[in-house]
Amino acid sequence: MLTVASETSRTASSRSRLSAVLQHASGDKRFKILEVHMKKFQFRHDALIEILHKAQELFGYLEDDLLLFIAYKLKLPTSRVYGVATFYHFFTLKPQGQHTCVVCMGTACFVKGSDKVMSAIEKELKIKSGETTADKKVSLLTARCIGACGLAPAVVYDGAVTPRASIDTAVEHIKKWMAS
Amino acid sequence: MTLNDLTQIKDKEIASRKRIVLRCCMAAGCMSSGSKDVKDQLEKAVADGGLQNDVEVRCVGCLRLCCEGPLVAADPQIAMYIKVTPQNAPTIIAALKNGRNGALPCSVQDVARADANSPFFTKQVSIVLANSGVVNPEKIESYISADGYRALHEALHEMTPRDVVDAMVKSGLRGRGGAGYPTGLKWGTVAKSNGGKKFVICNADEGDPGAFMDRSVLESDPHAVLEGMAIAAYAVGADQGFIYVRAEYPLAIARLQTAIKQAKQLGLLGSGVFDSQFNFNIDIRIGAGAFVCGEETALMASVEGQRGTPRPRPPFPAEFGLWGRPTLINNVETFANVPAIYRNGAEWFAAIGSERSKGTKVFALAGKVKNTGLVEVPMGIPLRTIVEDMGGGAPNGGKIKAVQTGGPSGGCIPFEYLDTPVDYESLNKLGSIMGSGGMIVMDESTNMVEIARFFMEFCMDESCGKCIPCRAGTVQMHRLLDRIVHRKATARDLARLEELCDMVKHTSLCGLGQTAPNPVLSTLRFFRNEYEELLQPDPFGPRHNGEPTNAIPATG
Repeated sequence: MLTVASETSRTASSRSRLSAVLQHASGDKRFKILEVHMKKFQFRHDALIEILHKAQELFGYLEDDLLLFIAYKLKLPTSRVYGVATFYHFFTLKPQGQHTCVVCMGTACFVKGSDKVMSAIEKELKIKSGETTADKKVSLLTARCIGACGLAPAVVYDGAVTPRASIDTAVEHIKKWMAS
Repeated sequence: MTLNDLTQIKDKEIASRKRIVLRCCMAAGCMSSGSKDVKDQLEKAVADGGLQNDVEVRCVGCLRLCCEGPLVAADPQIAMYIKVTPQNAPTIIAALKNGRNGALPCSVQDVARADANSPFFTKQVSIVLANSGVVNPEKIESYISADGYRALHEALHEMTPRDVVDAMVKSGLRGRGGAGYPTGLKWGTVAKSNGGKKFVICNADEGDPGAFMDRSVLESDPHAVLEGMAIAAYAVGADQGFIYVRAEYPLAIARLQTAIKQAKQLGLLGSGVFDSQFNFNIDIRIGAGAFVCGEETALMASVEGQRGTPRPRPPFPAEFGLWGRPTLINNVETFANVPAIYRNGAEWFAAIGSERSKGTKVFALAGKVKNTGLVEVPMGIPLRTIVEDMGGGAPNGGKIKAVQTGGPSGGCIPFEYLDTPVDYESLNKLGSIMGSGGMIVMDESTNMVEIARFFMEFCMDESCGKCIPCRAGTVQMHRLLDRIVHRKATARDLARLEELCDMVKHTSLCGLGQTAPNPVLSTLRFFRNEYEELLQPDPFGPRHNGEPTNAIPATG
């Protein structure tokens, strides 16, 4: 009896959670765009990664409601969607800062001193790699290799690859962001 | 689409060619140095100078000498201008106008030039990169004018699938993804597998840090990869292909999408390719930043939209792959070799390279070396030629200490062994691997223990967590290496590290774990003294049971 009762209450709570998600989704145009995108893939399960890419592109990060929405629409267990979203480094479940600074930590960049550039930026922003400053201005990330090895060390500021970074140029760039 | 149509497109493209061509490198490396502006300004200067009928400004793929970008090559003089700025554009066009017979003089004031006779260019043999820096990757006509899609036509109309596989076996091509499995053998296995639907996958998840060949091939010559995949699909009997590309390569993804669209429009992909019974579609799958997805079974899981974790083999993908169907997985560079092999014949290909490794290999030369960029060399060439002659040695009078190949699965080859020929077997013998083609040069300022720790950190982060030896072993090995770097370790820690290396190597599920200890083992083999210098004296002596060996003082 007890199991059945807890089961029912759990279903009820997840149902109310889902209706909250759908209500949230109905008031946001981006969910509509995402649904159109899912339709393009005929709601196929193997398109999950493509859909998560689109979702992150639209929202900037994958919040819980978004993952629940995707799971509901694709008819997948939420655990599966959450499992995929957390497995891949590209997806982030936390909101990002206004600017993103990605320091490439590939072998060529490392040999040419990207670790020193990284620690200089960490010192300047007073955060560690993978974190966002308290004022939500800058997120600091590392990349495994962006394929710009001929121009090492490389730093990506808001999507623009900057070749031959040095401690001075990197710190200068960060200071400009913080001042703006 | 018939052969006649193809020839017509080619003739039309060649006829429309202008007298002088300025080829602007629009690969990701030069683009990050501002080559887009250079191209725009050159086009503007051509228009301002009224030279539209004489000069073509063409977007091309990688011109190879990435460290000197943005690069602009000029035909027919074969001059290559380096570090071109947008401000240089009017100067170049003015020189062209004033030049004798309207030709572009080799040297233009204020614009530096690369020496076309330097070994960096002359020692290269181009098969995979033959079109790179020549054709416009965003225009299918440009690829067709370089005899593109001719090999596919020949395969479809003059060969049976069996012939195609046999020719591949004869060419001796081996997989360029790293392990070097004979491509013909793989094609044969998939072709023989029964089971209706089959798939072809192109592995473009170039995760090795320090390698960018596949990115360059996709950005410079995407149609060659598509053509190669189509020929492979015909050989094995597949009708659906996937290209699994890293999300980190947005330009490569965009160019592939354009290429697929164009090929479909011309009837070179889709149903009834070249008016034959052969149907073939290609979809792009974008990765999401997981190194382990370069492993074939993990890659297939990712294509299916799941967590990218590997599974034990056998069954191999050739028999039980994507959605349980026979699947052929080859690397980008392998597919890019295919059209050239059928265009020029298997014997031609087999004549290049060394005895057991045929053809060429593209390397991404980077690190502490003067000329960084892409090099394509015949197999069997000594490492020294690549690093010293072509790369120009260490910059600023430094001395080369080692060359790292194969990324986190490979090893460091010390300076003394630079005369080793570059082929699969020789590199294996030195405890490294050919890998996908990353070649990082290290000089005297590089600490080998730190390099080993760097790679171990990489493997630790990228371990998918499915099997324990890899998940827990990499963490422990990283801890031990960290202790050694911080001068906190003893000889006992080093012994434990070696023991762990052996265990992880032999018990891990997939290639990631099995090769994770390689950077440690190879640096230990050649640079053991660097580890030993960092060790602290063991307070308990060399024994392993914690019992001090000098507890009983030796008495006379």
